[in-house]
Amino acid sequence: MVHVSHLAAALAAGYLGALLLTRSRWTWRSPRSAIVCWQLLGLALGLCAIGLPLEIGLAPYRAAVGPALVAFARDLRAGALPPGMTAWRGALVLVGLLVGVRLVAATVTHLVHTLRARRRHRDLLALVARADPAAPGALVLDHPSAAAYCLPGMRSTVVVSAGTLSLLDREQLAAVLSHERAHGRERHDLVVLPFGALCRVLPFAGWLHAARDAVSLLVEMRADDRARQAHTDGPLAGALLRFATASATPTPAGALGAAEHLEARMDRLVISRRRRPPRVRAALALAATAVLAATPLITFLS
Amino acid sequence: MRLGDLERAVMDVLWDRGTPATVREVADALADRELAYTTVMTVLDRLAGKDMVQRTRTGRAWSYRPAASREAYIARLMLDALELTGSRDAALVRFARSVSGSEAEVLRKALEDEAG
Repeated sequence: MVHVSHLAAALAAGYLGALLLTRSRWTWRSPRSAIVCWQLLGLALGLCAIGLPLEIGLAPYRAAVGPALVAFARDLRAGALPPGMTAWRGALVLVGLLVGVRLVAATVTHLVHTLRARRRHRDLLALVARADPAAPGALVLDHPSAAAYCLPGMRSTVVVSAGTLSLLDREQLAAVLSHERAHGRERHDLVVLPFGALCRVLPFAGWLHAARDAVSLLVEMRADDRARQAHTDGPLAGALLRFATASATPTPAGALGAAEHLEARMDRLVISRRRRPPRVRAALALAATAVLAATPLITFLS
Repeated sequence: MRLGDLERAVMDVLWDRGTPATVREVADALADRELAYTTVMTVLDRLAGKDMVQRTRTGRAWSYRPAASREAYIARLMLDALELTGSRDAALVRFARSVSGSEAEVLRKALEDEAG
């Protein structure tokens, strides 16, 4: 039962860790470390959710989940189960396997939907978007609303609307384009993807949606940091401010949180830019989440 | 010439005409590119496969028209870009969004027109 208590503790710690990381603000000063923490935490939670029922169910084998599962399959075929392998333990094994199948299936489904929507988007872009010397390396959509985004993929595409071209000056536009290229180069879509898939599995888990939003914001901050390496802070902050003030009404339904996100990013660029990165806290968080992710892996194998 | 560029050229012809066109008519409109009749037919077939054009039979020939206006396609892309479709399926990574309530209405209306 020692494994079980490990996994139960890891699951609880992972959940608390997610709550803590959602509320933490040091993450904004070190978005890259925070993104790695979130990936480790997601991995730990997923593996614990699969491993915990399996471990309890297979307890009579007194072995790690992996070997015990192999032995259970062999005994099941032979029709000779060890004593203590009751029906409810068998049911728990089934639950563990179903959780695993569900997680993999949700990720695949989410990926398929995403790829399909992106292909459609790419096809339409090929028909109506145009190149423009004002936005080198990007496609331009002739529309008065302001939008700037990256369509991720093997070859990511940066798109801006005509509204953005008239909203921003040349330096601001250059900063926005490097921000978007950073999204594409670092494949930030893949960073957010597992959290989107988890939200599909548990649509009513508010903490998961909060986690996804936190990761989305960190990804924006990371891209801001990349843009700041190539440009000064001024144009990027200016571009954010223009986007924030361009809309006549507050963010429409379905785009909630965008305004708060803008505020947090502005704050980083304008007010707290001189604060030093939180090296100690980032290192502690990385170590803690790495241990959390390693716990289920070890109980699976030995 | 790349296939994507051909598709775009063919769509431009159909959008500019405003009336359904046969393969021959599209090929004639693109005469300066010296495209084979079968090339134009293949491109139109592909566009029909992607639901970008609609095909109707007139007499012995097929004629083609755009499934939606250029503006409707731009509106659809902008709805994705501004995350107004209610789904995050395309998972675009945005710099920021900025859209007023009335702009959002106009975009949604354009999409409904396309669907209807």
